Amino acid sequence: MHDFNYQKAGSVADAVSALNAADDGTVMAGGMTLLPTLKQRLAAPSDVIDLAGVSGLSGISVSGGVTIGAMTTHAAVSGSTDVKGTIPALADLAEGIGDPQVRNRGTIGGSVANNDPAADYPAACLALGATIKTDRREIAADDFFNGLFETALAEDEIITSVSFPSAEKAAYMKFPNPASRYALVGVFVAKTAAGVRVAVTGAGDSGVFRASSLEQALSSNFSASALDGITVSADDLMSDIHASAEYRAHLITTMAKRAVTAAG
Amino acid sequence: MPTVSMTVNGKPVSGEVEARTLLVQFLRDQLRLTGTHVGCDTSQCGACVVHVDGESAKSCTMLALQVDGAAITTIEGLANGETLHPMQEAFRNNHGLQCGFCTPGMVMSAIDLVKKNPKASETEIREWLEGNICRCTGYHNIVKSIQEAAGNMGG
Ligand SMILES: Cc1cc2nc3c(=O)[nH]c(=O)nc-3n(C[C@H](O)[C@H](O)[C@H](O)COP(=O)(O)OP(=O)(O)OC[C@H]3O[C@@H](n4cnc5c(N)ncnc54)[C@H](O)[C@@H]3O)c2cc1C
Ligand code: FES
Ligand code: FES
Repeated sequence: MHDFNYQKAGSVADAVSALNAADDGTVMAGGMTLLPTLKQRLAAPSDVIDLAGVSGLSGISVSGGVTIGAMTTHAAVSGSTDVKGTIPALADLAEGIGDPQVRNRGTIGGSVANNDPAADYPAACLALGATIKTDRREIAADDFFNGLFETALAEDEIITSVSFPSAEKAAYMKFPNPASRYALVGVFVAKTAAGVRVAVTGAGDSGVFRASSLEQALSSNFSASALDGITVSADDLMSDIHASAEYRAHLITTMAKRAVTAAG
Repeated sequence: MPTVSMTVNGKPVSGEVEARTLLVQFLRDQLRLTGTHVGCDTSQCGACVVHVDGESAKSCTMLALQVDGAAITTIEGLANGETLHPMQEAFRNNHGLQCGFCTPGMVMSAIDLVKKNPKASETEIREWLEGNICRCTGYHNIVKSIQEAAGNMGG
C-alpha cells in the first residue's frame, strides 16, 4: 500500500472540502473494500478522509419504508428489528454479506458507492426503487448505478442515507461464490406499488440490472411457476473462471423462482 | 509521522505510525504482540481477528489510525495469568487446533459469537466461522470446542 495523508472528517461539509483540497482524495467508510484495494495497489489516493467520526450518518428510521444512514453497518441492518419488521428481505440480504467481521465494519453507503458488480445492496436498491440521498441531492436507484464500479455520484459527493419504500412482497436469493461469498448471481424480487421489479446482481456485464422478461412474467402472476420456461439471454452476462454466461443466465431464473417462493 | 494511542489488552499504548500502517502491523511489529497472525492479503482468512471495542474485526483491514482511542483485545489479552480463557481451554481439550496458525483468529471470533449468541447451534457456529479459514482441522473439532466453551462461559 502506498502511503497517504489520513484525516478524520468532523462533518459531511468537512469531508467535501477535504476532498476538494486534496490532489486525489477518497472518503473511507469501514474500509472493507477500500483497504483491500489499496493493499493491492489498485488505487493510490493522496488523501484518505475517514467518515467514521461524522455524527448523524448512521442509524435506521422507519416511515413508509426504511431509511438507513450511509455509515450503518451490515451487522446493524441485519440485526435491526425495524428493518426486519418493515422489509425483512433487506435484513436477510445484509445477513448474507461476507462474514461477521466484514458485516461489523462494512457499510451500506460504501457498498452502494462502490457499485461492485457482484455486491448485494445494489440489487435491493434497484428492485425496491430506493432513493440515494447525498450531501446535495436525491438520486433514484434507476439513475444511480452506471456500470461496473460507476455511479451517478460526483467526485466530491457523499452519500448520507438510502431510503427504501416498503414492498407488498420482497425476497433476495443469492448463489454465493463459494470462496468470496459475493454473488455469483443474486436476484432481488419485489412486488411494489409501482409493479413487480426484479433486479439481478453478480451476472451483468455492466453491473446490476433489471430483468424485464422476468418482471413481465411475474406481473400477471406473482408465482414461481409463472417463470417456468422463461429464460434470460446470456448475451450481456459475465463469463469468468467461476461461471459461464450461460450458467449465470440459468441461475438467474432459478434464483428468481426461489426468491418468489420465499417472498410468499 | 502521526501518533496513535489506544488501549491494548487493558494497557494504554501509543506510537508513531505511517498513515498506511495497518492495525495488525502496529500490534505485531511495534508492540511485538505476534499472536495475531496474517494469513492472506485479501481480507478473507480471519487469522488476524482481534476485538475493537468488544466487536470482532479483521486487524489486517483497518488502519492503526482508524482505531485511535479504541480498546483492542488480542489473543494475548485473554488468559488470566496461567489460567486460560474458557475458549482457549476448550480448544485445548477438544484438539481444536493442529498447526495453530488460524487459532488466534478462531478464538477471538468465537468469543464474539458466544457473547452475541450464547446458545448458538452447530449450524450457527459454522455460519459464524465464514470469515475464519482453517487448512488443518476440517473445522469439526473447532465447532466442538466452541460448543464446550459456550457452556462454560455461561451460555
Ligand atoms: C472478505 C469480504 C467479503 C465480502 N463479501 C461481500 C458480499 O458477499 N456481498 C457484498 O455486497 N459485499 C461484500 N463485501 C464488501 C462489503 O460489503 C463492503 O462493506 C462494501 O463493499 C463497502 O465497504 P465499506 O462500507 O467499508 O466502504 P469503504 O471500503 O470504506 O469504501 C468503499 C468505496 O466507497 C466510497 N464511499 C464509502 N462511503 C461513502 C459515502 N458515504 N459516500 C460516498 N462514497 C463513499 C469510498 O470512497 C470507496 O471508494 C465483502 C468484503 C470483504 C472484505
Ligand atoms: S490476514 Fe487474512 S483476513 Fe486478515
Ligand atoms: S489449525 Fe492449522 S490452519 Fe487451522
